[in-house]
Amino acid sequence: MQNLTWTGTLGAYINPFFLIALSAFCVFAVAAAARGFSRADGSTLLNPTPPSIALMGPTAIIGLVLWLLSLTGLAPFAILALGNNWLSLVACLIIGLAAGFGLFQISAEVIFKLVWGAFYAALGLFTIYLIVGLFVAPETAGILGAISKQLIPTWIALAVTFALSIYFKRGLGLYGKLFDSPIGMIGLALVLFWVFTALFGAGFDLIATHDPLGQVSGMKNKHPGIPLIRAQEGDYPYYLFGGDTLARDVFSRAIVGSGIVIVIAPAATVFAFMVGITLGLPAGYFGGRLDTVLSFLSNMVLAFPVILLFFLLVTPEIIESGLPNYLAVILFVFPVVFIAVAQYSKNRLKPNFLTLQFPIVLIISIWLYLSLVSEAGTKIALLPPLLDLFDVPSEVLVVFVSVVFVNSPTVFRIVRGLTLDVKTRDYVAAAQTRGEGPWYIMLWEILPNVRGPLIVDFCLRIGYATILLGTLGFFGLGLESESPDWGTTINAGRKLLSVYLAPPLVPAFALMSLVLGLNLLADGLREESLRD
Amino acid sequence: MGMFILRRTGVMLLTAICLTFIVFIMTNLYPNLEKLAKNEGNFRMSDAEVASFLSNRGYTQGKLHNYGEWLGVLPGYVIEGIDGKTRGRCSNHGAILENANEYCGVLQGHWGFSSRFKEPVYQIVATRLGLTGKLMFWVLMVMIPSALMIGVFAGMREGSRLDRSLSSGAILTTATPEYVSGVIFIAIFTSSAVGLKWFKGSATSAMDHATLENFLLPVLTIALYGMGYIARMTRASMAEVMTAQYIRTARLKGVSFANIVLKHALRNALIAPFTVIMLQIPWLLNGVVIVEVLFNFKGFGWVLVQAASNNDIDLLLAVSVVGVVVVLLTQLISDIGYVFLNPRIRIS
Repeated sequence: MQNLTWTGTLGAYINPFFLIALSAFCVFAVAAAARGFSRADGSTLLNPTPPSIALMGPTAIIGLVLWLLSLTGLAPFAILALGNNWLSLVACLIIGLAAGFGLFQISAEVIFKLVWGAFYAALGLFTIYLIVGLFVAPETAGILGAISKQLIPTWIALAVTFALSIYFKRGLGLYGKLFDSPIGMIGLALVLFWVFTALFGAGFDLIATHDPLGQVSGMKNKHPGIPLIRAQEGDYPYYLFGGDTLARDVFSRAIVGSGIVIVIAPAATVFAFMVGITLGLPAGYFGGRLDTVLSFLSNMVLAFPVILLFFLLVTPEIIESGLPNYLAVILFVFPVVFIAVAQYSKNRLKPNFLTLQFPIVLIISIWLYLSLVSEAGTKIALLPPLLDLFDVPSEVLVVFVSVVFVNSPTVFRIVRGLTLDVKTRDYVAAAQTRGEGPWYIMLWEILPNVRGPLIVDFCLRIGYATILLGTLGFFGLGLESESPDWGTTINAGRKLLSVYLAPPLVPAFALMSLVLGLNLLADGLREESLRD
Repeated sequence: MGMFILRRTGVMLLTAICLTFIVFIMTNLYPNLEKLAKNEGNFRMSDAEVASFLSNRGYTQGKLHNYGEWLGVLPGYVIEGIDGKTRGRCSNHGAILENANEYCGVLQGHWGFSSRFKEPVYQIVATRLGLTGKLMFWVLMVMIPSALMIGVFAGMREGSRLDRSLSSGAILTTATPEYVSGVIFIAIFTSSAVGLKWFKGSATSAMDHATLENFLLPVLTIALYGMGYIARMTRASMAEVMTAQYIRTARLKGVSFANIVLKHALRNALIAPFTVIMLQIPWLLNGVVIVEVLFNFKGFGWVLVQAASNNDIDLLLAVSVVGVVVVLLTQLISDIGYVFLNPRIRIS
């Protein structure tokens, strides 16, 4: 069998058009940028009111330089049409200059329309690969099509979520408003893409083509699209993104690795928020000595270089000493405290609450807490194995604890600041006059009113936790060296980076797109929540 | 103001002492000491041999006592070991020297001896900090002007196309951690697979002789990640200033847009970014560690990794002191600078 190409046999028809659209986009974008700095009437960005003659000189030079840059956008097309020789260079120069001078005559509005037109054309052609790939064999639609076919569950889930959300968006509060902002929608799409990929890929094993840990001899360090050697009946016949240094499938590892990131990063952020909120609210509300001590502690953790902290916490010797487990015992108690206090302060006067509902909530959350922290064979084995609901592998626990530990002081500071700001408001004074307890005021008056900035920060912080997880993996800390998570994979792949690009680049782009999605989502949320 | 600086310095010292104490405890946990003993002695030591090795060298006197020794407020140990030899801390854990001091800790300028590099810690940290200083200098030279320019251009006309495209670019760079952008840069510009080979994938040669070819990629990798954040803060501050009353007044009285931006808005818009830049410097330390490992530039970050993975206690303590001092000093400078730059704030 032959190697799969990126675009398959379909590429012969679509690739030229795709390249045209891409080149056109580059040329137009540069022209638009030039137009942004130097306008046709000679005015500049800094000086929109019509012109002093003195500015014309530099403006023209800037414009010319930018046109010359735009020629590079044409180069691939020219090379494709005329071959890689001097003729294509000359053609490229002539077309580029002509296009550049032509563009200088057109108004800025038209240029921006052209930029977007070319962009949508390129995007549309790219989508054709993905859509056609759903229905044809990998040989026809190439690697792109084959990957698109593997991702069918993700596409369906994304389409259903978006269709339902847009249809019902008026009744969905802040989440619904997200669908009014393009940035927020792109961010949400990227995030949901990875959530669904993790769910179907790592959870149900519907997407990955091979075992992420399985090694196939002869598949070591292969380029993308390599056919599987000695493929049995039922085996997927290709390594879509090639093989890594241990002959494992790069594509499957990236897919399964997303599961680790998508679970740990948000969960760690939730715990960091629980810690930050449970400590930050009283620090801001009561102030005084409590505030001084807690603020000093949080500043102390923040003064620690993050990487040094990771190296100190996540070494085998420290894990052996049980320190991360003790830290887990302390940090994980905060969600229990938070739930208990929130329930108690709200319902303490209701009949039946203290005798029935509250003990049940308390027992369940303490049980979950104990199952989380205790693990047979470590220093903390509080529960007998029979009652232990789930086992968290110790290396995952360590990674989890360190990410929570690094993030909670920042959350503490944010919550404290917001509380200080909000506690002088009238509704807080009203609640105080009503005779509500301080915890009721903190958790049911102040907290709901500062949720806007906290939700935005939550999104950003998941992204940051993802970056931290990647950092840990990059230094080979915590998770096992064969773990498919993105950071570890980048670290493993970077040694042969100059020859085999796919093993580190695939997880690198995956991580970047997830964090980008989270940042865009936070931006969209901020924009929409400010609009109220 | 003097009182403020004094109080901040006091808090700073307290924080530094607490933090180094924590690092001290963590590096001196028994499993770590056991590893140290086996590295220094031999790998087949029995548990009893490890214990006697450690007690001969004063590691078992109690953590607080040892920390006092390291700090230089308690006299260094002089112990007659079970093997009959007498060792002293101030004689580099070896046989007693004639001219050894009684106290030898950080306060006396004695930073200890690195077990990984077999060199005095002070010397290692000084040379490596010099190298990282060079890296940081160029990072700041690239990062600050470009970040401020992006922020000002984006913020002077909020919501314009220029603002939107620059802001999206800024979000993209904040979403790309150093180990991702570094790997992408190496792949595109140095690998034989792409074939451009414009730059070098290793910055080892930049330690003696930095050129564009071997130093641009590491500098760019660190600068990009920090740039987006500073640019966004500058943009926010600029956008806020541009809505102020005095800008409107200036515009109404016919001042040109360039003059409004350059003379009226810029000065006030740059107060907030100053603090952000100062507070960003400790974060750059993360980037420095990643990039120095990725590009094999043997500076301070590389030493940190070496010290931590070999549990080199003295070196690790010195590294954390430097790290903590950098963090606290930049905080102090940003607070003081903020007061000086912004006449509306007075600290009583």
